[in-house]
Amino acid sequence: MTLKLRELSLKPDLFGNGHGLCAGCAESISVRQILSALENPPVVALATGCLEVSTTRFPDTTWKVPVIHSAFENSATTISGVEAAYKALVRKGRMEARPLTFVVFAGDGATYDIGFQWLSGALERGHKFIYICLNNEGYMNTGIQRSSATLLGAWTTTTPSGSVRPGKTQWHKDMTKIVAAHGIPYVAQAASHNWKDLMTKVRKAEQADGPAFINVLTPCDRGWRYEPDQTMEVSKLMVEAGLWPLYEVVNGKWKMTGARQKRRPVIDALLSQKRFSHITKNADDATIAAIQAKVDDEWDALQALCAMSAASE
Amino acid sequence: MSEQPLWQQIQQGGISTNPGSTDRIQTGDWRTEVPVIDFERCTHCMICWVDCPDASFEVADTKLIGVDLKHCKGCGICAQVCPTKCIEMVPDSAADRDTNASANGAG
Repeated sequence: MTLKLRELSLKPDLFGNGHGLCAGCAESISVRQILSALENPPVVALATGCLEVSTTRFPDTTWKVPVIHSAFENSATTISGVEAAYKALVRKGRMEARPLTFVVFAGDGATYDIGFQWLSGALERGHKFIYICLNNEGYMNTGIQRSSATLLGAWTTTTPSGSVRPGKTQWHKDMTKIVAAHGIPYVAQAASHNWKDLMTKVRKAEQADGPAFINVLTPCDRGWRYEPDQTMEVSKLMVEAGLWPLYEVVNGKWKMTGARQKRRPVIDALLSQKRFSHITKNADDATIAAIQAKVDDEWDALQALCAMSAASE
Repeated sequence: MSEQPLWQQIQQGGISTNPGSTDRIQTGDWRTEVPVIDFERCTHCMICWVDCPDASFEVADTKLIGVDLKHCKGCGICAQVCPTKCIEMVPDSAADRDTNASANGAG
């Protein structure tokens, strides 16, 4: 099936309404897009996070697909078990084989920090599942604490900005590259404003012969301090400034995706979010220059990888 | 919340057995602004539908027909992403509520 919105709108929504996510939350946008892009019926495992707590308020659930949640760190392990159990039941003739897609939705805290070794283990074992990291760059569910995905210079409640510290002082972990180093068939970075790019990547991940990982940037209006209606604009600015390049790694081949255009300076993206207001208002040029320099370095490294992949084809 | 089950009636493992049951929760009362669609200019491109965090655009047979005011939280993303700018956010005071509802063709 092609990715036409009118055709997709005929399918019933697998993710309902009445959930408790904030107005303007990008996570529910991405989850709806991902579920409507999938061609097989999904089986979902959730890690603890905004999405899990606000969509599964007992005794209710927002989901119209089977969902399992056990703990914060082990969503990749849980889905490994579900996938292995399904295969065993089919092998023993106790269940009919059917097309299913196993999906994990986890936040950046559950992926970058708490569930890191569990994810790595599941990728190494080669279970066939799609791991979606909904990256809002912090522990937003518990009240905006830093994670290892939080950007340099960002204000959070555990990296306050003031006369002593300029927000977070460390550069974030490049999780997508770490996952790509596992050599799994499909790895990608996507963002919530570009539905077509995200849905295309989900389709490719579903077709992949083994584990797939998609890191989706889902801006958080409460944590990033912007007006709820600006979610798509902020996501777009983050991508255009090179803070969140859109690319995919298919069987070790790196490729940029999305529209190609001149990169904006990072200050454009920083100005759109008040979590950087201590930098932008005080014209903290040293921090802005440090972010720009690091983004330039990473961009060049990524372009080199893409060029190398293109040359080897 | 009066129909909450007793603890003896809860399934082991805390299983929710009603898919999509948060539908009964009225998140629409968080709203301060409501989207009003100008159907004269709407091209039914479905960009608002795909970018809505609350699945609040009612669609029938590939046509946009209205807004689910029970669940719309009034974030305003739809008005920002609409290519023809035919969605306007208007204050959702109690006095305006009936007019807004009828303008959107929804009850």
